[in-house]
Amino acid sequence: MTALLTIRDLSVRFPTRFGEFTAIESLDLTVNAGELHGLVGESGAGKSTIGAAVIGLLQYPGYIASGELYLQDTNLRELDDTDFHALRGSRISMIFQDPQTSLNPLMTIADQLIGTITQHSNVSDSEARQRAIDLLNETGIIDAETRIDDYPHQFSGGMRQRVVIALALCTDPELIIADEPTTALDVSVQKQILALLRELAQTRQVGFILITHDIGVIAEITDRVTVLRHGRVMETGDTLSVLGNPQNEYTQALMAAVPRLHTRLERFVNIVTDDDDDSSSWSVEGASSDYAANWLNRDITDNKRSNTSTADTPVLSVNDLTVRFYKNRPGWFKRDPGFKALSDINFSMQRGEVLGIVGESGSGKSTLAKAIVGLVDPSSGSIHFNGEPLPPGSKRSRHHAARREIQMIFQDPFSSLNNRHTVEHILSEPVRFYQLASGSANIKKLIASILELVEMSQTALLKYPHQFSGGQRQRIAVARALIARPSFLVCDEPTSALDVSIQAQILNLLKDLQQTFDLSILFISHNLAVVRQMANSVVVLKEGELVETAETEAFFKAPKATYSQQLLAETPSLDVLDRPT
Amino acid sequence: MLRFISRRLLQSVFVMLAVSLLAFVLFRFVGDPIAQMVGQETSIEDQERLRDSMGLNDPVITQYTRFVTNLVTGEFGYSYRTRQPIGEMILDRMPATLELGAVSLLISLIVGIPAGIYTALRRDGFIANSLLIVTLIGVSVPTFVIGIFLIYVFGVQLGWLPTFGRGDVVALGWWKTGFLTLDSLRSLLLPALTLGIYQLTLTMRLVRSEMQEVLKTDYIKFATARGINKRTLHFNHALRNTLVPVVTIIGLQFGGIIAFSIVTESVYQWPGMGLLFLDSIRYVDIPVMSVYLVLIALMFVIINLIVDLLYFVIDPRVRLSSRGGSH
Repeated sequence: MTALLTIRDLSVRFPTRFGEFTAIESLDLTVNAGELHGLVGESGAGKSTIGAAVIGLLQYPGYIASGELYLQDTNLRELDDTDFHALRGSRISMIFQDPQTSLNPLMTIADQLIGTITQHSNVSDSEARQRAIDLLNETGIIDAETRIDDYPHQFSGGMRQRVVIALALCTDPELIIADEPTTALDVSVQKQILALLRELAQTRQVGFILITHDIGVIAEITDRVTVLRHGRVMETGDTLSVLGNPQNEYTQALMAAVPRLHTRLERFVNIVTDDDDDSSSWSVEGASSDYAANWLNRDITDNKRSNTSTADTPVLSVNDLTVRFYKNRPGWFKRDPGFKALSDINFSMQRGEVLGIVGESGSGKSTLAKAIVGLVDPSSGSIHFNGEPLPPGSKRSRHHAARREIQMIFQDPFSSLNNRHTVEHILSEPVRFYQLASGSANIKKLIASILELVEMSQTALLKYPHQFSGGQRQRIAVARALIARPSFLVCDEPTSALDVSIQAQILNLLKDLQQTFDLSILFISHNLAVVRQMANSVVVLKEGELVETAETEAFFKAPKATYSQQLLAETPSLDVLDRPT
Repeated sequence: MLRFISRRLLQSVFVMLAVSLLAFVLFRFVGDPIAQMVGQETSIEDQERLRDSMGLNDPVITQYTRFVTNLVTGEFGYSYRTRQPIGEMILDRMPATLELGAVSLLISLIVGIPAGIYTALRRDGFIANSLLIVTLIGVSVPTFVIGIFLIYVFGVQLGWLPTFGRGDVVALGWWKTGFLTLDSLRSLLLPALTLGIYQLTLTMRLVRSEMQEVLKTDYIKFATARGINKRTLHFNHALRNTLVPVVTIIGLQFGGIIAFSIVTESVYQWPGMGLLFLDSIRYVDIPVMSVYLVLIALMFVIINLIVDLLYFVIDPRVRLSSRGGSH
């Protein structure tokens, strides 16, 4: 029996100004009908490039340098443009990551489905419509007959992804390339979509290539998996054996870096040695990580001395906090009740505690963070910081002590650093604003030392953010927060934009800093496994309401609220690997 | 939808009130109206009587109210220069300007949109690149230079086309149209081209950049991956998305064409509103200027309203969200 898709010795190259860049190098891969084949790897591993090469949509100027691509008996490399285009949709289809952007906003679902069906088979519009309705039913759209005439924006994210799947299926393709199909979705929706893919593979005997960086997803649903790194296959085979008993060194390290839902690790294994290109010994005189540590610690001991009387008061306590957003500004005549982003939230944190805030999108996690740092005004309720009431953001003066004491680290290190400023400029801003040091030489020494403390080379201060990778940028963001000498950090999804190995490094760094400087951290994440690694206690939010507060270990062993149990059960985990077979 | 329109109308009323206040200030306080109306030999007493009879001694608020009421009821007053009712003067000139504006807009759309699509799809083609370079000239050379250049080539050197006036116009009621005789159509060609070239380059570049953005989106990639044919993909999927922002700009452009056709009209001695405005400035004919100001503002307001309504037609997201709670 020939496999559905056979790739032999594939190389893909991208010519650049600095010579050719090889994205994929002599790759072999086979996918059988009805098989879910996972492609896993970190960014830059070439996962998506493989998908694009198979469907013939490599981004210009990339090209296939060598190798063979067979779909059943069709040699894909021998097809001309027209034949290849005819094959797209009818034999190979694709599912994209973000259902918000992969549907045409100006066309109804019906138009998009019928257009695709009539493109590939000779049927009347009404037949095509009937087929479209059947497909929507099959992919789990309720009330498909009426919903088919809706526009994409009238569907929720999960429903939209079902529509996308229906669109990919509507021409009965043999192979579907799913590029991160659930990354943009909440865990509960993710679970349903993955189950749907699994079912379709079985009932329709469609072969799936599932591209993802999420090893939990791979472990849960794929039959076989290929682990990639820098465009090369590290290991391939049966999912359970590859992930459960990895032979390759890289796979082993990767598996060690994945935060597990069911165990807490003190530290993660470091896979990648930092790609620090210049290890030149250039340094600012007198700067060292010890200098930075001492400087930060002196501050903290000062704080402790001044706060001895308040040693037992919680560092942060939130009482009956409610935040409303108004769609229209409240008018003179009508009272718009607004949308309750947070309602009556109560919790408190002790000094040195790491509190994890978990919940799905729309649960109010980020609103809570914003209310604390003062970016959003609470509608009612109060926040106390070190026992003192914290004024709402708009009334909190620029020189309020809490402005310095509470620092924030954002999710996306690509947009949270100003690309037009050097790292030195970025890091000197808090120092000058809070008047933490004087004299340019002193400030420079401090910045260099802080960079060293977050394990960056001191030369970084001369560079601009775009010269760094995502992980390094996040380190700079951490340094920027740290240099204000905070006692309290708000981390809003600090690692969700990062690869597993980089995530492991940043989590390690945060853990170290927390312990060394006795920081209190509010750690927001949708990723329960990460929270388990970081937090002492957990707060679960759902649609703006507090569902459960618990100690981390107790929470993960036996969550009390039904919603928490559901959340835990839906999180893809590597459990299957640990189960004896 | 009705609520949206009524809200926009209310906003428009405020805009018009603000503009009319400006026009009133211009009329009332830039120079003394009486001094400009009468000759030197009119006695002081006569001047005072005239001032009284025109109500110029009333409180300012009363005068402004009267000014607005007059405008609303179509009483635009009389020109200092020609002693004709301003309403008639403008109505007489309006068709010329509107026809010129419409034709040049049409030229810019008929050529600009396809050229924009072409240059977006054939990114590195020779023709696409040459088009871009040529239109760069169109953007950077001022209108009057283009006008004089066209007159020199087609009017003076080749002698193909007339270089001034509207030619033989046909009166349809009060509307004198230049669309019905060959002579007037030939006269229309050069000014319309002059006015249209700049708009054309703008439209083309706008369509090009919007189209390129749209072609990069996931839904176009997804449609390609589903094997939708290229023609449908470009002209149905992509073009519609491109037009959403383009409509706004084109609407505002049309207002601009009409309001600022002054230069073109003066180069070609085109008897439109722009030329009237220019003459009024020369003779300090303030009443005409203030009415012109109000009318142009009104036109912008109306065009904006039409653009907003077009959004309802084009974009289902606007249409359905205003129907309330489909999120």
